[in-house]
Amino acid sequence: MRDEDLDFLSALVRARSGLVLSGERGFFAETRLGPLARRERLASVSDLVARLREQPGDELARAAVEAMTIQDTSFFRDRAVFGALARHVLPTLMAGAGGRPLRIWSAGCGSGQEAYSLAMLTADSDVMPLTADILATDLSTAALDKARTGLYTHFEVQRGLPIRRLLDHFEEADDAWRASATLRAAVRWKRINLIDPLTGGEPFDLILCRNVVCSFAPEARAAVLRTLSAALAPYGRMVLGSGEFPPEGLDAEGSAPGIFARPGTFSAGAAAA
Amino acid sequence: MKTCLVVDDSRVVRKVARRILENLDFEITEAVDGADALTACRGMMPDAVLLDWTMPMMDGLEFLRRLRLEPGGDHPQVVFCSAENRPARIREALDAGANEYIMKPFDGEIVVAKFAEAGLL
Repeated sequence: MRDEDLDFLSALVRARSGLVLSGERGFFAETRLGPLARRERLASVSDLVARLREQPGDELARAAVEAMTIQDTSFFRDRAVFGALARHVLPTLMAGAGGRPLRIWSAGCGSGQEAYSLAMLTADSDVMPLTADILATDLSTAALDKARTGLYTHFEVQRGLPIRRLLDHFEEADDAWRASATLRAAVRWKRINLIDPLTGGEPFDLILCRNVVCSFAPEARAAVLRTLSAALAPYGRMVLGSGEFPPEGLDAEGSAPGIFARPGTFSAGAAAA
Repeated sequence: MKTCLVVDDSRVVRKVARRILENLDFEITEAVDGADALTACRGMMPDAVLLDWTMPMMDGLEFLRRLRLEPGGDHPQVVFCSAENRPARIREALDAGANEYIMKPFDGEIVVAKFAEAGLL
């Protein structure tokens, strides 16, 4: 990519999003704009840049900026947490569930990677039979719409998803990959505002709400934590982002940072593991 | 310091991969095709191999099969890095002994994620 094209793209991104293109700028900009250029039936990224110069401020510029700045989360984000869920938390919860499916809530699910990761974890579990009813909620309808399709870009499926799991649980779909019908059927999606108390339904055995509480204004955080705490079953486990504080009445459970439970509901063995 | 052999017939890809992997504290050697890579491995087995598929002389899959038959050839964690993204072909690479698989185009974050999956970080 020519330097003047890079400078133009950097200025475009900065003007429209306030973000700075960093790192391996040229390589990233080029690879990330490739699919957009193809979609627009342009021969190359250079042609795409040429069109952007001719038509500043239109829909194409918005799509280009999104492609270059997309801040995607990843599958199996925080390997230590998912390792602890697979080895300790899910088997423990399953043993206490008396054969019924586990009730799991992915709160603030965004574009769905966490919920689908949980679905893969339960599907691949050595603890047989491990069945789960997974509810994934977010405030953003747009995020939920994307999550529900199960469609992820080439870049998204390569963040945190081991290649064997990609082959086992996803299908190729043109330029993207789609979660299998089984995986999609394993998750229910719903728009929920975490500030409001959750109404109806059984309590959850496992709640994941990572790096969500910190994005709320300080005065709203207590309300969110109350909602989460009230929805957690007595022997349930709650997973927060690393460095986030648990609601009152929950202690670190010890199998991995960020996993909490009510005192007396977890063994010293888990704490030592 | 862990060592990584970067095998790709594209000088640009080798350069980008080298920069990303050096930032992850790998010591890098380069090879331009499978035959070149096999010679390099016979000299010194690396801890990791970042491996292109389609190359002149000897392609990545053929190199991988031969590597796994070499003395010490089971040591390197092999991460394929190819524009080939058909599931059946990817499975073929895994069956031949690949530990992880990167579909091109890639970026630094993908390399970090895949090397972590392969237990290299």
